[in-house]
Amino acid sequence: MCETTTPEVPVVSGKSILLEVVTKRSTGQKSPAVDGITLEIPAGKIAMLVGPSRCGKTTTLKMINRLIEPTDGRTVLGGEDVTEIDGDGLRRRIGHVIQAGGLFPQLTVAANIAIVPKMLGWDRTRITDRVDEVLELVSLDPADYRDRYPRELSGGQHQRVGVARALAADPPVLQRPVELARFR
Amino acid sequence: MWSVWDFLQSHFDQIVFSSWQHLSQVLQAWALATVLAVGLAALVYRSRILSSAAFAPVGIVIAPLGFGVAPAVAVVTLFAILSILRNTIVGLMGVDSAVVDSARGIGLGRVRTFLQVELPLARPVILGGIRVSAQMVLGITAVAAYLLGPGLGRFIFSGLSRLSGATSRESVLTGVISVVILALLLDLVLVGFGRLTTPRGIRV
Repeated sequence: MCETTTPEVPVVSGKSILLEVVTKRSTGQKSPAVDGITLEIPAGKIAMLVGPSRCGKTTTLKMINRLIEPTDGRTVLGGEDVTEIDGDGLRRRIGHVIQAGGLFPQLTVAANIAIVPKMLGWDRTRITDRVDEVLELVSLDPADYRDRYPRELSGGQHQRVGVARALAADPPVLQRPVELARFR
Repeated sequence: MWSVWDFLQSHFDQIVFSSWQHLSQVLQAWALATVLAVGLAALVYRSRILSSAAFAPVGIVIAPLGFGVAPAVAVVTLFAILSILRNTIVGLMGVDSAVVDSARGIGLGRVRTFLQVELPLARPVILGGIRVSAQMVLGITAVAAYLLGPGLGRFIFSGLSRLSGATSRESVLTGVISVVILALLLDLVLVGFGRLTTPRGIRV
């Protein structure tokens, strides 16, 4: 793309998400978990699903990245029909911010962030640079935090590394499931 | 006590050879058991019913084998499987589901998730099972010598069979103490291996 942008207009990077009459029916359940939802989220916008427990928020979210296969309907990511493509490949292109406790405890912060770029076949220097870049983005000093293990982080730092990991491969779409209902 | 010393000196070559045979059979049976047990656990750990049913058939398999070297190895292997299998299943079930969910969420496939996330996290528990089974196998191999298997068990059984005869006590003692020494050495190696290879992030 060779277009110039003026500073006042923010660059829209990212892709739109389109759900077309998507339905999820589980075997043994009378009513569908999600019944014919049609939803468009424009590129670069933030959308939030709000609702009571068990109303289908998580199911909808998981159908976008195909952790749950829709029974019916179509999902479109930036004009590309992704209903049938390989789920693992799709998920590598969708940033997934983890719930608390979702970092891999046996890996360092840097190794955690590097997982998806590695699977996408980035070369080593590019990965190292990117790790430092996203750590700075979430205000963690790379020199200090790169080699720490998840258990050496506070709860908030853990979350921020989670965001960094989701951003690592520069995905056009970012997902963030939140479970506020889970009181402890 | 000097008679034990004499016995050791006069039978030194035989003891070393039997120890080696013993250790060799233990390592073979136990390596086979580790592969079988972890593989079996990987197949069943997602299902609660299969996980508890996986132990039942082991005893049945032993029965029709009869006597000889092959059944001795088979028995030892099957016993070794028990504790490794149990620990592997428990270890895999104990992996935090938040970690597994996030692995799937960022695009790791089932196999990758198992190899890169679940197995490494369950490893300390699996290694625990492997240690227990190593000790058990060393002991059982000695007993399995009764079924004409190789190893240090022959000192114990040849001593016991001619009880109160010349050097019978020495023979039994030699067999038992050698087994104990082997057990200690093997455990030391396993503990060291566990320490060296456990990543700092999950070390207790």
